[in-house]
Formats: sequence, structure tokens, C-alpha cells
Amino acid sequence: MKYKSQKVAYWFFALSMLLLVLQITYGFIMGFAHAGYDGLHSFIPFNTAKAVHINLLVVWLLSGFMGAAYYIIPEESQQELVSVKLAYVQLISLALVGVAAIIGFHLNYWEGRKFLEIPRPLDYLVVVNVLLFLGLILATLFKGKRKTTTALVLTMGLLFAALLYLPGMITFDNQTMDSFFRWWVVHLWVEGVWELIMGGILSFLLIKLTGVDREVIEKWLYVIVGLTFLSGILGTGHHYYYIGVNKIWLIVGGIFSALEPLAFLAMALFAVNMYRKGEKKHPNKIALYWTLGSAIVSFVGAGLLGFAHTLPQTNIYTHGTLVTAMHGHLAFWGAYAMIVFAIISYALPNMTGRKLYESTRGRAAFWLSNIGMIGMTVAFGVAGVAQVYLERKMKMDFMLVQKEIEVHFVVLLICATLFATGITLFIIDFFKHGTPSDEALEIEK
Amino acid sequence: MLSKKQARAFFLGGTFVTFLIFIGLTVFSLSKSNDQTNNENLTASVIRGKEIWESNNCMGCHTILGEGGYYAPELTKVVDRLNQRYDGNGEAAIKSILMSKGPWQPHGRKMVAYGMTDAEANDVVAFFKWIGKIDLNGFERIVSPLAKDKINN
Repeated sequence: MKYKSQKVAYWFFALSMLLLVLQITYGFIMGFAHAGYDGLHSFIPFNTAKAVHINLLVVWLLSGFMGAAYYIIPEESQQELVSVKLAYVQLISLALVGVAAIIGFHLNYWEGRKFLEIPRPLDYLVVVNVLLFLGLILATLFKGKRKTTTALVLTMGLLFAALLYLPGMITFDNQTMDSFFRWWVVHLWVEGVWELIMGGILSFLLIKLTGVDREVIEKWLYVIVGLTFLSGILGTGHHYYYIGVNKIWLIVGGIFSALEPLAFLAMALFAVNMYRKGEKKHPNKIALYWTLGSAIVSFVGAGLLGFAHTLPQTNIYTHGTLVTAMHGHLAFWGAYAMIVFAIISYALPNMTGRKLYESTRGRAAFWLSNIGMIGMTVAFGVAGVAQVYLERKMKMDFMLVQKEIEVHFVVLLICATLFATGITLFIIDFFKHGTPSDEALEIEK
Repeated sequence: MLSKKQARAFFLGGTFVTFLIFIGLTVFSLSKSNDQTNNENLTASVIRGKEIWESNNCMGCHTILGEGGYYAPELTKVVDRLNQRYDGNGEAAIKSILMSKGPWQPHGRKMVAYGMTDAEANDVVAFFKWIGKIDLNGFERIVSPLAKDKINN
């Protein structure tokens, strides 16, 4: 670590890990309910578990991205963070809003719109919180000695992510309109501006881990985020096929979302090539595992599995089935969860001074969580395809089909256990590093 | 070979052009003449129904227009579907589920017992009926009872 203020990142990462544990717990509740064991129904019905599961995902990833920004921006702009105190205020308020939302979900207090369940009054607090975060990042960036492409792309991603939260706060009486603008938030986040954030973090890590020239890495970063937006913006159309808007989206969404895997393919090729080209062999192998892993798994999960059901001819059968859950799990894991794990693995030894690079536990965490998640994806996929054929092709009743596919959720739960074991090992490693220390500061020679 | 400047121009230019097309298509598809949602039939009751739908996070378990949770049935054509199953008494069936004080549990999978009033249940039914008339570019054929005429029940 080069700047004292980078230490604040640690606490955002710690919050991330805590919320991730909760997210996985609620995931298990849903998995058991799908397998026929809904003993917790009176306290935590499925809709509560689902709202908690997906909102915690968003909040822990955001907390991870914010931690990444607090770590990366001072180092890239060669400037201490403008206010560490305010960064802690922002951290605590983020945690409080998150906790308030989760408690609310248990008391039937929510907005009931998929992914945007946080009730309106809390939405305003989210906006204030994110404005404070952006203020700190932008002020540091402008005061800094240099403005790198990596820092700009990362900041642009965070800024657009904040702006795009706003269309989700408009009220519509018409369900179709409601859904239309909800996707401006959800799709343009995960298949748009979040990829800028991912690209920025990836680029920072590749510069640090491979030693390849910054100019080369940042040039390709532009190409990749260019491809992302070129395909991703109009690719929003794949959410508009069957919600009650014009057929033009079948063509536009079909063509552009078919191009979306290209951006992920480019990202995977870019990361692997930079690794091969790099002459520097950074000792932090675990960070490299997560970095390359993120680029590759996001191509499979977001790119290939997204493509598998994105064409209108396929999507008419898979829309609103477990096939979506198959794609969603591996896509979020590869693209966003793994990149947060990568930056944590890189930053943690630098902040704490404990260079636990070669731990067996770290490698086991990587492999177990990935194998577990791939297994879960396959289980969702088999359940989803069976559902499509039985319910939509063979015209069986919904609940009869659900009975038929219960067994796949048992497989899902077994794989989820493997996944959770990997995550537990990662978190044990996290705490074994201890807390950040000023002694870990690297003094410029 | 591509320079960094050219790469940046590709990013900014591509983003700007596709964003403009996106806005253009949004305006086009949401224009009144292209409405497929029977927007003029959005009565106060339908709107109240949507509010009840949202304030109870029904989408956490059910899908509507193919969106939501995959734990409970798709409700886009629920009135037609239950009319077919219960000899034209679909609305009454939906109301009894919404007004029930104990959890409705088809095949053992429980739904939250909402214990709604008659007026609230009527609003939710009005919302479902409005949803059921939206032109979904063919998706309605996949989820409608007409397409499911071979259900063995």
C-alpha cells in the first residue's frame, strides 16, 4: 500500500464478506424451499428470502466496488483520499441502509419490483450515500497528480451506475412501462456500466500483476468497454421481447445481444494474453487466479450462457423460467463476485503487511467455490430445461412440473455446500490477514 | 496497429451512437400509436391492484409478463387459466386464495396468507385482467390456457 487512506478499503471489503455470508444463507433457504422443505415459511417466506438474496448481492458487490475504488483511486492518482472520516461515514451509512432494507423485507416493507425491492424512502438514502462516495472519489481524482485511463474508466462506471439508479425511482401505473424502465437500471448496470467497473479493476490488477506496459493494457481496456457498450446498450432489447412493447425489439435485441459475448470473449483473451506477455512474476498467485478466473468465468457465465437463451426464438420458451437463474448465477459470480475477490486478494496483503500468498487454504477456496458454482449452474440448467420442456412444450401444470424437478434442487444444495465451503475458506483467509496497519506502507525509494 | 487514441474514439463514438439509437427506439416503442398494453383501460381499480401487487412483493414468488420469481405460477393469463379449470369461476378462485386466512398450498408449496378484503381482492383481479389483455408478441400463446389445452388434470 502506498497511501495511508487506502486502508479504508479494508472495512468495505469486510462489510462485503459479512453480507455475502448472509446472501448465501438466504440462498440456502430458497434452495431448500424449492426442494420441498419450506419449514421457515412462517418467518421467512420465499419472497422475503428472494428479496434478501438478490438485494444483498447488489449491496455486497457495491461495497466491494467501493472498497476497490478507495484502494485504486489514491494509488492511480497519487493522492491521499480527500477525507478518510467521510469515507467511514459513508461506509457506516451504507451498512445501515442495507440492514434497514433487510429488516424491512421481513416485515412486508418493500417495493416489490424485482431487483429494486428497496422501499422508496431508503432509495433516497442510497442516493445520498452514493453521492457522498462519488464526491470523495471525484475530489481525490481531480486533486491527484495524474489521471489514468484505469482510474477514469472505473470512476465513469461508478458515476453512470449512480445516474442509472434514478430511472428505477420513477413511478408508473402501467406494468409494462414500469418493467421497461426497471431494465434501464438492472440491465444497463450489469451488462453496461458495471462492466466499466469490472474493466477498471481488471486493468489495475493486470498492470500490477503482469508488469505489462500500462499503455498497452489501457488501450485494450478502451476496446473492451467500447464493445461492451456497442452491444450492451441495444442488447437491453432482450428484456423487451415479451413484456408488451413493439416487435422492433425482437430484431434489435436479438442482433445486439447476440454480440454481447464478444465483449466478454475480448476480456478473457485480453487477460490471458496480458498474463502470457507479462515478464513480471508477481508472487501473489492467488490474486492472479481470481483475476484470470474472473475474465474466463464471466465469458462462460455471462457471455455463453447468456447467448444460450437470448435469441427471441429460444427466449419465448425460456422467458420466466429457471434457465434465467442458471445464467444469472454464473454470470454474477464470474463477472462481479470474482473480480471483487481478485481485488481483495491483491489488496489485503498490501494493506495488512501479511503476505499470505501461498496458502493451500487460498487455493482451495478458489477451486471449491468455482467447482461448487459450476455445479449449481448445471443443476439450475437441468431444472430449467426440464421445466421448459414439461411446462411449455408438454403443457403440464406449473406445480406438477415443480414436483418433477425437486430432485435437481437437492443436487443444487450439495453443490451450494461445496461453494459455501470455498467461500468460508476465503473468509478465514481474509481474517487471518489481520487488520490494516501503517507499517505496511511502502516507502518510495 | 490501433492506437490508444483510436481505441478511445471507438469507445466514445460507439457508446454515443448506440445510446442515441436506444433513445430513439425507446421513444418510438413507447409512443401512443405503438401501445400494446391497452393503456386506456388502466382504471383506478387496476392501479390499486398493481400497488397491492407491489406492496406485497408478489413478484418475489410469481412471474408476471415472464418476470419475477420462479417459485410460483406465471400469472399473466391467470384469470383465463383458472376460468378453464374451475368452469368459469376463475375470478372467484383467485379471490378466495387472496382472502384466505390460512396459507394456500397447492402440492404442499405454501403461499403467504394475505387475508385481503373483498375490495382489495377485486383490485388485484382487475389488475390481472388488464395484464391478461396485453399483446406480448406471441408469449401469451406460450402461457395461455388455449395453448395448454392438453393439460391432463
